[in-house]
Amino acid sequence: MKVGICGYGVYIPRFRIRVEEIAAIWGGDAEGIKRGLQVQEKAIAGLDEDTATIAVEASRSALAMAGIDPADIGAVYVGSESHPYAVKPTATILGDAIEASPVMTAADYEFACKAGTAAIQTCMGLVGSGMIRYGLAVGADTAQGAPGDTLEYTAASGGAAYIIGSTELIAEIEATYSVTTDTPDFWRREGEPYPRHGGRFTGSPAYFKHVLSATTGLLKKTNLSPGDFDYAVFHQPNGKFPRTAAKNLGFTKEQIECGLLVERIGNTYSGATMLGLARVLDEAKPGDRILVTAFGSGAGSDSFSITVTDKITEKRGETPTVEDYIREKKYVDYGTYVKLRRKIVVPS
Amino acid sequence: MGAPRFWRNTKSRYNLYGVRCGTCEKNYFPPRKICPSCRRASKLESVKLKASGEVVTYTIIHSAPEGFENQTPYIMAIVKLSEGPMLTTQIVDCEIEDASIGMPVEGVFRKINESGRDGPIYYGMKFRPPRSSN
Repeated sequence: MKVGICGYGVYIPRFRIRVEEIAAIWGGDAEGIKRGLQVQEKAIAGLDEDTATIAVEASRSALAMAGIDPADIGAVYVGSESHPYAVKPTATILGDAIEASPVMTAADYEFACKAGTAAIQTCMGLVGSGMIRYGLAVGADTAQGAPGDTLEYTAASGGAAYIIGSTELIAEIEATYSVTTDTPDFWRREGEPYPRHGGRFTGSPAYFKHVLSATTGLLKKTNLSPGDFDYAVFHQPNGKFPRTAAKNLGFTKEQIECGLLVERIGNTYSGATMLGLARVLDEAKPGDRILVTAFGSGAGSDSFSITVTDKITEKRGETPTVEDYIREKKYVDYGTYVKLRRKIVVPS
Repeated sequence: MGAPRFWRNTKSRYNLYGVRCGTCEKNYFPPRKICPSCRRASKLESVKLKASGEVVTYTIIHSAPEGFENQTPYIMAIVKLSEGPMLTTQIVDCEIEDASIGMPVEGVFRKINESGRDGPIYYGMKFRPPRSSN
């Protein structure tokens, strides 16, 4: 049975903070940081936005594009490392808000930056086995970096939602391949507000090892080579890692350009790879083939081969695009940023 | 507000479910048990209202009620939905100076309030100016 994407939707909050604004507070060299991370600014959620509101808005767009009855959605999975509740699934709020409830299975996923693509794989399995007609997979985050930490320049907010089904596909997912190991490159302990990471250890043994081996595994499994793809999207914790990974794997600058959003919105964690794919789908033509490889610290990678169908041209156009959300922005200073991201203690 | 009291209304808060009177064809929000015009001849049925409308009037809140103190100044408006009913709502993603009477608005899913740091979080519909596309 063919399995793929019936519709997708995105959401990026409108607040932005520039690298210069953060660097000025912590004595960082803004130009050096921008050059090193290849990030200019990041998107941050407002006081009344969180992973649930991002997931709902993105999913409503995905539903509008797919044009399906939400009651036909049999599974809702939300991948995030910033679920509003430690215990009470974001997927329950989402299920009610899009009226997929009550007859559905649902759960929240957490796998650092790749929980959303893990949700896509689960939905592929449930749809492919005939257990459900449609599944909804969301990757959304309002990521936090500790004040003064390098992560503060990139940890961003945003998300994307994908409706997975087997009919009326805008894109077919032909294959997926995953690699997972126990790698302590980045973590957040229970009850701790900010994550910690292994600095340079997040590179070779973590990001590159998993992204490269999952992508190579997918290419081998599908008998495809980088030249067979029109686009490639890699997880983008900064601008440097995906560019280096692409180069090492034999993908060109032209193939990855369209799906690289980190420079303008930061690393949206579980949303990052899925927003990159959405940016490509906003533009791709029928027949285009897309390689997608997500990465989540801890660590693991999910790689996909996706081919766009003729249906995309008729279903696209009515819902807001990634660029629509990137364009609408309001810059804030560091003081407003710490208030919006609740980095200061306010008496209640 | 207690969690059960909010939960009872989530259908209307998440998706603007009101009621339509089959006799006079008027829509009401929030849902009510009887049509004030048709009274005993009321034929009310649940209806999902479109989350679009325009600002009838608005005010700027500087002295906020509990739970909203950090958001001041913010816009509160009476919005007339395209299908008739009027409701009171916060207007978000809009600068104070850009608010105006007659301004078109659309619904957006947001956090309404939360019971402290360890209590339930309440979600629902707020309104914003329509997103500019292309």
